[in-house]
Amino acid sequence: MNRVLSASSHGTQTMERAAVKGRSLWDDARRRLLANRAATVSMGLLLALVLLAIVGPFLTPFTYDQINKNDVWAPPLTAGHLMGADSLGRDLLARLLVGLRVSLAIGVVATAVSLVIGVIWGATAGYLGGRIDELMMRFVDILYSLPFIFFVILLMVTFGRNIILIFLAIGAVEWLTMSRIVRGQTLSLKQKEFVEAARAAGLSDQAIITRHIVPNLLGPVVVYVTLTIPAVILAESFLSFLGMGVQEPLTSLGTLISQGAQDMEAAPWLLIFPSLTMVATLMCFNFIGDGLRDAIDPKDR
Amino acid sequence: MFRFLLRRLMVAVPTLFLVVTAAFFMMRAAPGNPFDSDRKLPPEVERSIMAKYGMDRPLGEQYVAYVGNVLQGDLGPSLKYKDKSVAELISEGLPTSAVIGLSALTLACLVGIGLGIIAALRQNQMIDNVTMAIAVLGVCIPTFVTAPLLVLVFAAKLGWLPTAGLNGIRSLILPVAVLALPQIAIISRLTRAGMIEVLRSNYIRTARAKGLSEVRIVLRHGLRAAILPLVSYLGPACAGLLTGSLVIEKIFSLPGLGKSFVIGALQRDYTVVMGVVIVYAGLILLLNLLADIAYALLDPRVKLS
Repeated sequence: MNRVLSASSHGTQTMERAAVKGRSLWDDARRRLLANRAATVSMGLLLALVLLAIVGPFLTPFTYDQINKNDVWAPPLTAGHLMGADSLGRDLLARLLVGLRVSLAIGVVATAVSLVIGVIWGATAGYLGGRIDELMMRFVDILYSLPFIFFVILLMVTFGRNIILIFLAIGAVEWLTMSRIVRGQTLSLKQKEFVEAARAAGLSDQAIITRHIVPNLLGPVVVYVTLTIPAVILAESFLSFLGMGVQEPLTSLGTLISQGAQDMEAAPWLLIFPSLTMVATLMCFNFIGDGLRDAIDPKDR
Repeated sequence: MFRFLLRRLMVAVPTLFLVVTAAFFMMRAAPGNPFDSDRKLPPEVERSIMAKYGMDRPLGEQYVAYVGNVLQGDLGPSLKYKDKSVAELISEGLPTSAVIGLSALTLACLVGIGLGIIAALRQNQMIDNVTMAIAVLGVCIPTFVTAPLLVLVFAAKLGWLPTAGLNGIRSLILPVAVLALPQIAIISRLTRAGMIEVLRSNYIRTARAKGLSEVRIVLRHGLRAAILPLVSYLGPACAGLLTGSLVIEKIFSLPGLGKSFVIGALQRDYTVVMGVVIVYAGLILLLNLLADIAYALLDPRVKLS
């Protein structure tokens, strides 16, 4: 939103600097990203959330699975529970921090799974081209048209609800878009003029790949990764809501929210705090993703 | 056109077949069977029930028999609901799910496209920023958060709408609104992005130079090109609506297909799960096909061949 304004006011400044030292693609992108206030605030907030998720559970006075019979339904700020307690008297703050940790871990690992499958599949199809490309992408088209959440549910039913399977199942669903993006990029990059120019200038294949292809491939991939993580977190929470996600006493943001929704009238804090955490986390990723897209995608410059 | 349809059909049929096969074997690989409940059946009774449904035969044989039945339009009996066939269960659940899904899709398109156009025309102004902020929120708040909150406000506190159940049009308002919300967010963003790009293009400048009215430029010339990305989003949108409907039907206790599926999967009601998967997969394939046709009709550069 304010990107356009700040970019133009930076314009003259960067032009002068460019004469002194060369600007790389990534310097440019970083500058544009840092000028985007929503994205920078989100990065700060997300960093804080990640640190809390990693360190937080060690610092709370209660553990996430500790049942306190005297503190059932304790409202926030009573009996030493900063955010209150649930129907078993378990401390919400401790559970929230663990839930955040689990949700973030699922987001990152499942996205990594989708990244590996998607990049290998897409790059192979794009690089080989021809009939193999058509076959591979037709396969993706077919998978695209399937009601995949049903298969994830069937997977969970078939193999029991274990957390590694959640990683794999969601990752295996989310790779399709990634492979399309990577394939499209590889295909078009292969025959771009600047690649030809680099080749004409006598650059080695390796230099072309590292200097030209990879940075251009990386941009959309990085953007899509930041947008996949929240999608994965959301998918996990759907499963948890349907009773097929993370199992008690371990918890995730989705599990907490679905429990909170059941007890909403007796103990609204059980719904409010997890929902706020979830929304904040997802918004951070989305704003960072949007900011990165604006910063990296050369189309809108 | 005819050849295009034929070719798509040649892909759709094997796809559907693949889905049926995968779902069949996954469901059977799940531990437990539909007949083990809390109360343990004597082994001979269980054996006779299994024999009655043909489940004592080898899995491959059962699979062939099942596919044969499906090809003749027979989805079999439900293993959990006595005296009900899967076809009956589906015909009871489908109308509810379809009404909710289609209303949500229509609502999402109307509101989403409208908001997107307004935001694009007022780019970087107040109304654009507000709309896009709401759009980001809409993507980030899961339906199972919005649903309880809206129920709390509009049903429990204000008493304007019923909390749950299926009882007249008014009981559909909240489910449809909740289901449409994330789609409104995505559609308005897509429309805005498409519109902004189109409004910069040469033919719009030509239209302006000709002196056409702004309304005509935007709605007749701009919109047609601007909603192209939207048309290709329709397939994923339907998948999203299906996912959402699983949750919505649970929260609002609506007797739809999604509910049958989840309960069926948990109770190992093999035939019900298979039936719902077949219906949903067929529906999605059909909607994808419709989206492709719509795309070709809107974009003269695309030829259906």
